Amino acid sequence: MILFTIGVVGVLIRRNAIIVFMCIELMLNSVNLLLVAFSKMHALSPVAKASPTFASDAQVFVFFIMVVAAAEVTVGLALIVMLYRNTHSVDVNFLNRLKY
Amino acid sequence: MNAIVFTALWGVIMMIAGAFVRSTTAPRYMGMLGIILVFVVNAMELTSGFSLFTLPTMDMVRSSTFNLTFLAVVFGITFLIFLLNGRDIEKIGKHKFEYFAILFFILCGVSLVSTFNNLLLLFLGIEIMTIPLYILTGSDKRNLVANEAALKYFLLGSFSTGLMLMGIAFLYGSNPVASFYINNMQFGVGALPVLTVIGMLLLLSSMSFKVSVAPFHFWTPDVYDGAPTVVTSFMSSVIKIAGFFAFLRLFENAFGVMHAQWQMLIALLIVATLLVGNITAIFQQSVKRMMAYSSIAQAGFMLFALFAMNDMAREGLVLYSAAYSLASIGVFGVLARMDDITYGGFNGMGKTHPLLALGTTVCLLSLTGIPLTAGFLAKFYMLASAVQTGVYFWLVVVAVLFAAVSAYYYFRVIRAIYFKSPEGNNEGIKVSRSFEWILLLIACLIIALGINPEWLLGWMFI
Repeated sequence: MILFTIGVVGVLIRRNAIIVFMCIELMLNSVNLLLVAFSKMHALSPVAKASPTFASDAQVFVFFIMVVAAAEVTVGLALIVMLYRNTHSVDVNFLNRLKY
Repeated sequence: MNAIVFTALWGVIMMIAGAFVRSTTAPRYMGMLGIILVFVVNAMELTSGFSLFTLPTMDMVRSSTFNLTFLAVVFGITFLIFLLNGRDIEKIGKHKFEYFAILFFILCGVSLVSTFNNLLLLFLGIEIMTIPLYILTGSDKRNLVANEAALKYFLLGSFSTGLMLMGIAFLYGSNPVASFYINNMQFGVGALPVLTVIGMLLLLSSMSFKVSVAPFHFWTPDVYDGAPTVVTSFMSSVIKIAGFFAFLRLFENAFGVMHAQWQMLIALLIVATLLVGNITAIFQQSVKRMMAYSSIAQAGFMLFALFAMNDMAREGLVLYSAAYSLASIGVFGVLARMDDITYGGFNGMGKTHPLLALGTTVCLLSLTGIPLTAGFLAKFYMLASAVQTGVYFWLVVVAVLFAAVSAYYYFRVIRAIYFKSPEGNNEGIKVSRSFEWILLLIACLIIALGINPEWLLGWMFI
């Protein structure tokens, strides 16, 4: 939870595109931790145990999140590099051309 | 099931073809061929339930005539975009085959989000849909505005993905059977645990983000404005309606039992969306930006499906998707061929390009919701479904008032088309004869749906 909050706050206040991006990754990873923790918690409850895929579901989910996060990194870094080539800066404040 | 496999396959085929085929017109025709193929296999599954593949999906994918009809609409719309703007997609840059391949991957994501039965597939579908879209938005590499739009879209989009994942994690933690299946959440009625409420709110905000509903709409105008116009056309039609479909499917199945508890929230979102979209659209100078705000306003109407959540709302959503996307691709299709995208660019189009003017006008009338067009019936279905629920009647009144407000900015374009004299000879508008006829075909479809929506909705009840 703390990691997630750091991530959210980071996205909202930092101005460097790469740091914003790192904060987003932090959010995704905090979700991974949380999912594993919940899966462990459910493993102790008898009701959840009755369901056929009770503990593995969340842990499989974590792998999918990792894969998708990796895909996002490739696209995101490519976009940032593209921006840097054109403006020589990765400052988000640079992004204010699109207004009216 | 057919659609998911075929779109992904065709995307790969086109990508490989891109490495070997040098022809410049091949990508467009291959794209059209692919989309027809996908449409046909989807229609086969819709009419006879015949699936070419039997994959062990563990019940994660569930299709019914409802979502197959919706998919048919999506593929039809994409086909029309290829037909109308295929040449513009090729003009985005050098990698012609890849643009089409990416569009097919997006369609694969769309097929996933409209048939998912599991939060995992919702997440994957949304990501398969949006990640390629970030690339397409930034595909005009030298254009600084497009770069900015792409980066903005990417940062905000992945932020909302983070929120969605957090919501999913909370839902998983709080539901007693530890399930990701949306039809098996078993929350029960009554007071909800805090975790469930937080999870639901996070999912609500991230889905609102994806479909640009009011408090989460900030990215929409910038991204729609900065992206290449063809991509905007695709984004405002297919991506948006797919987002709504996923939104409805998720909330209907997972949180349907406690509908009364979040209905008020949706009502507030509708009012905020209609207010922001319509009022801001009035003050825009560029038609492309006006269309972006108007798409926010239209999202307010589509949100009625979530508010009402009855049979009529389901039919209404399919009809609204078709009506809105047809009109939207028409207007954006014309914008893609114009140099001057302010209101001034439309001046005197009625005299210099009569057929084009007629097509555009029909699209704009449908967006306003004038009777005899599909837009009118779509709005009618949505409002009628809200009336059927019997609560919050004021909401319908508000919606009708805002529909009247929206007439102002749509009619401003029509006024420019017919009642202003052209500056010069409108050389900024580069259209061919076939483009005009395809636009007229879209206009005919809009009117046909406006006269008899059963042609579309009938498919839902085979």
